[in-house]
Amino acid sequence: MKHARATKPPVRADAGTAREWSPGRFLEEFPLYRVVDEEGRLLEGAELEIGEAELLALYRWMVLGRALDERMVTLQRQGRIGFYIGAIGEEATVFGAVAALQPQDWIFPSYREHGAAFMRGLPLTTFMANLFGNAGDIVQGRQMPCHETWAPGHFVSISSPIATQVTQAVGAAWAARIQGDDMVPIAFFGDGSTSAHDFHTGLNFAAVMKVPVIFACRNNGWAISTPSASQTISETMAQKAIGYGMRGERVDGNDLVAVWTATRRARQRAAAGEGPTLLELVTYRMEGHSTSDDPRAYRPAEVVEPWKRKDPIKRVQKLLTARGLLDEAGDAALRDEVRLQIQVALKEAEAFPPKAPVESLFEDVYAEPGWAQREQLAELKAAMAADPRVANPRHIEG
Amino acid sequence: MPVMNVIQAVNDALRVEMRRDPKVVVLGEDVGAFGGVFRATAGLQQEFGAMRVVDTPLAEGGIIGTAAGMALYGLRPVAEIQFADFIYPAFDQIVNEVAKFRHRSGGQYPCPITIRTPYGGGIKGGHYHSQSPEALFLHTPGLKVVVPSGPYDAKGLLLSAIRDPDPVIFFEPKRVYRAARGEVPEGEYLVPLGKAAVTRAGTQLTLIAWGAMWHEAEQAAKEAEAEGIDVEVLDLRSLQPLDIDAITASVKKTGRAVVVHEAPRTCGFGAELSALIQERCFLSLEAPVARVTGFDTPFPYTLEAEYLPRAPRILQAIRATLSY
Ligand SMILES: Cc1ncc(C[n+]2csc(CCOP(=O)(O)OP(=O)(O)O)c2C)c(N)n1
Ligand SMILES: [Mg+2]
Repeated sequence: MKHARATKPPVRADAGTAREWSPGRFLEEFPLYRVVDEEGRLLEGAELEIGEAELLALYRWMVLGRALDERMVTLQRQGRIGFYIGAIGEEATVFGAVAALQPQDWIFPSYREHGAAFMRGLPLTTFMANLFGNAGDIVQGRQMPCHETWAPGHFVSISSPIATQVTQAVGAAWAARIQGDDMVPIAFFGDGSTSAHDFHTGLNFAAVMKVPVIFACRNNGWAISTPSASQTISETMAQKAIGYGMRGERVDGNDLVAVWTATRRARQRAAAGEGPTLLELVTYRMEGHSTSDDPRAYRPAEVVEPWKRKDPIKRVQKLLTARGLLDEAGDAALRDEVRLQIQVALKEAEAFPPKAPVESLFEDVYAEPGWAQREQLAELKAAMAADPRVANPRHIEG
Repeated sequence: MPVMNVIQAVNDALRVEMRRDPKVVVLGEDVGAFGGVFRATAGLQQEFGAMRVVDTPLAEGGIIGTAAGMALYGLRPVAEIQFADFIYPAFDQIVNEVAKFRHRSGGQYPCPITIRTPYGGGIKGGHYHSQSPEALFLHTPGLKVVVPSGPYDAKGLLLSAIRDPDPVIFFEPKRVYRAARGEVPEGEYLVPLGKAAVTRAGTQLTLIAWGAMWHEAEQAAKEAEAEGIDVEVLDLRSLQPLDIDAITASVKKTGRAVVVHEAPRTCGFGAELSALIQERCFLSLEAPVARVTGFDTPFPYTLEAEYLPRAPRILQAIRATLSY
């Protein structure tokens, strides 16, 4: 796609050179893309591009994601894990987008996209070992819960600092282009993250370099206590794409089919050399920010109510039922199966030794530990041998 | 006198100063309507309004850059960075701008902002909710760095920091945010920047700490006492300006020093303290200055008990330094 430039840009000498900010304009320019309505019916004129088998598989993934999030929050409340952050209500944004990619496409997650890792093969047991931070964790309990890594599925390591993954995804896309690979990375981030410099830098770099990358903004309405309306005065996130010179699309993030279809289109365009896309996936954070947060302090319960009717899982359930692909018994069986799967994984994950050996602390700081790491490991081991309290977390609490 | 924890003391200091000085404004992520993720700014927006207690977009560089502009124009902004681990997007503004404004403008544009930020481990926060980055800022001339250990100092030091003519980074010990409680006078009082507190007098060894680790140092000193070792404990309170006189006076008296900090050892502030002590107290020293610190690794999640330089490791260093 060539960017057409007028040979003689218009010049004028009057006040009409200024552009006014006009509220509402961009809402009209970026209508919400939706395929399936809240009752699970196809919108008039819409076509179901996704296959029925895939739809059913994605429904199962969403049910799993929801059940897992609920179970893990309970686990945290019971004190068995220290922290949890999930995607309750936002399932369609994660599963729909990842299903529309190719297996070789890298995923640059924020911290709610655990489902993306599962779709790429991360075993539930391994994920839960990260929650326990025990010896079964791939990174041996180095990171907080919900900061998993899964390189076999091209799922990049999660970090907490906001939006850093956005520019990194651009770099990966660039690298793939240089090497002639058919690889379109996706960066997930939230609405709050659009205020961070990495968002702006990432979009600018991507458009300037015209790299194949997908920016998936999960606009869930909140950044901890800050509503998205205080995060930006833009009425949509999608319109921000225009300023950087790329395509933007506002998508019903609670419509699995819309997310899937929009992401697939974005991938096709990227792979065809047509550059990056910003997808604004409009959804809602149904719960607190994380288990550390109590939203009652800043968000009246009523504001969540209307979103309950828009539940992304129910919508697919209705669609599947209407098409004869799911009945009550089948749904119940599927849910039982998912519950059992979680239960089994939990049992396996909890069975690992609670701590990786202390060596793990000093490994992977560098490719080879330096003398400081070697000496300090020896020092720590000697200290632990001399006094068992050194390794006893109970003594941490005053 | 009311008893407060550290969060309440910080909150009280902000309220006292905002009532006294209309030029004081508070800004940061989630600080306004919600009152901060740790509740340190709770109730301030209700009392002082949204113009003075500002919920900012999510961008630390934006928070500090705009705070700098406010300060240049004459206000006294108090910016909150939600966790010290997230201060790095603002590093350029802090190090290249805020720290250097006074010097590079020949004193015409001082930039007296206060940056409050919870720091440190022991709360199961892993790599990104546990860091102690004080040394990065101590390596930047032009910045003051203050770290209270408890509520009384938190309030008195924060009031001094806000009124100080220079930019101050105010690291709050989040591990003891609620656990450290004590009497806090109502209204205003100032704890001066640059004055260490001798919290325990002793003759055989000087134990130097600040912030959350001061509590571990006190515990270690108590255990040492039970073993018949007489330890003097210094709570530095402010790292820049540094109370060099208190340090040299103590070490010249005891002849031994152990420094404790959570941050990794290499280039931690303990390195500077150790150098200062050997430069100034060389002839009094009976043993090398020991450092009990975090290790040269990222801050861990599961192994945080092992990582933190808590009382048991400090006690071992005290014994080793005594029997050197
Ligand atoms: C640089 C940085 N600043 C602050 C934080 C603290 N923080 C964690 S999540 C969050 C809000 C993020 O909101 P959003 O981008 O909308 O993502 P969501 O949690 O809604 O998915 C904040 C402020 C952080 N992790 N990193
Ligand atoms: Mg959000």
